[in-house]
Amino acid sequence: MSGSSSIVTMKKVVQQLRFEANINRVKVSQAAAELQQFCIQNAVQDPLLTGVSSSTNPFRTQKVCSFL
Amino acid sequence: MCDQTFLAITFGPCDNCTQNKPLMNIYLKNEPINYCSLCVELMACQALAKGETINTLKAESESLKAKLEEERAKLHDVELHQVAEKMEALGQFVMKTRRTLKGHGNKVLCMDWCRDKRRIVSSSQDGKVIVWDAYTTNKEHAVTMPCTWVMACAYAPSGCAVACGGLDNKCSVYPLSLDKNENLSSKKKSVAMHTNYLSSCSFTNSDMQILTSSGDGTCALWDVESGQLLQSFHGHSADVLTLDLAPSETGNTFVSGGCDKKANVWDMRSGQNVQSFETHESDINSVKYYPSGDAFASGSDDATCRLFDLRADREVAIYSKESIIFGASSVDFSLSGRLLFAGHNDYTINVWDVLKGTRVAILFGHENRVSTVRVSPDGTAFCSGSWDNTLRIWA
Repeated sequence: MSGSSSIVTMKKVVQQLRFEANINRVKVSQAAAELQQFCIQNAVQDPLLTGVSSSTNPFRTQKVCSFL
Repeated sequence: MCDQTFLAITFGPCDNCTQNKPLMNIYLKNEPINYCSLCVELMACQALAKGETINTLKAESESLKAKLEEERAKLHDVELHQVAEKMEALGQFVMKTRRTLKGHGNKVLCMDWCRDKRRIVSSSQDGKVIVWDAYTTNKEHAVTMPCTWVMACAYAPSGCAVACGGLDNKCSVYPLSLDKNENLSSKKKSVAMHTNYLSSCSFTNSDMQILTSSGDGTCALWDVESGQLLQSFHGHSADVLTLDLAPSETGNTFVSGGCDKKANVWDMRSGQNVQSFETHESDINSVKYYPSGDAFASGSDDATCRLFDLRADREVAIYSKESIIFGASSVDFSLSGRLLFAGHNDYTINVWDVLKGTRVAILFGHENRVSTVRVSPDGTAFCSGSWDNTLRIWA
């Protein structure tokens, strides 16, 4: 029985590899360019990247005390 | 917000054995067949072609692996940091601890943000799960789990419930009530059942389904209301430590990482493992999708973080330094994907420029291992949980 189950496991491995070998792939240069493009497009909306002023970021404590 | 379940997996009588079981919808020669998973296995056994022995299969698997490597290498025409050379370098980062959440009695193991950008749920080794208001540092709810080492916790998208689990091998969902006097434990609902510890859990786009990963080597998708198993994902050969769902626009996939050093990408509908990456040299502790959904980062005990691109089907960047020798326990991206935050076992958090591959900051503050790092939903801050029993909010 153990013989057939390891054959089954091997068969599954081979099937999985066949499946993976057939997927469409893109060149790294293109993929990298798209990642970079996404970063650039969204950089403005990224508060941790651009840094928000104390007044708009709820987590940053305000340093200025004003007279009421 | 009635999201339709995208799973076509049906539950019903199997075409072969006629028992009522979850069915795998597969196609044989373009004919749809509804067999239960047991019958699919039996069919696979019977379909062994003549002359297929262990040796021929092994040889084929070796040659396929070599072919895969070859295909991947063909497309490796340039490195990510070379493409990013022309980009402006990032300036100095000043990130400080803005809030410290104290109250856990033991190591903080996991945390999650609520979509309202202000509430946080965290879980710890002592079995307590606490919901905090991050702006005021007040504790809003506390639940005591019947087990210790609550390694996974997640906030529901609606903000009305939390899920958690750990050594009890289960994932339980607690609806949060506004009534402070109500005992949350009485409303607990056990959703997932694994045969080993629960390492990670996450709600899908609605409160209705939960995805879990476990030390038993599998991931599973569950229906919260009925507790039914909707789909299970087999393919890891050791404990699965982490999972992350693809950002909603890009479809129904998720990535998982485990002690077998592999990161696998799965299709949630079919349960099929669509891609697999095995370049880490040790356990993968954390995986996180890039905000566009086209790539994911992983942090591992081999002290490196790596970026894998899904369309190029390969690793495209390694974030490591000789001076970093302690494993990365948790990683997360900033909103634009330009920054990668990695919490390490040497008590620090490293901040990397994802495109250029350079480190832009090291954050000190925790007094023990950093176990979890998450950026808030609106990207204004990120929270880190540590074995020093505290959580820190950095901005």
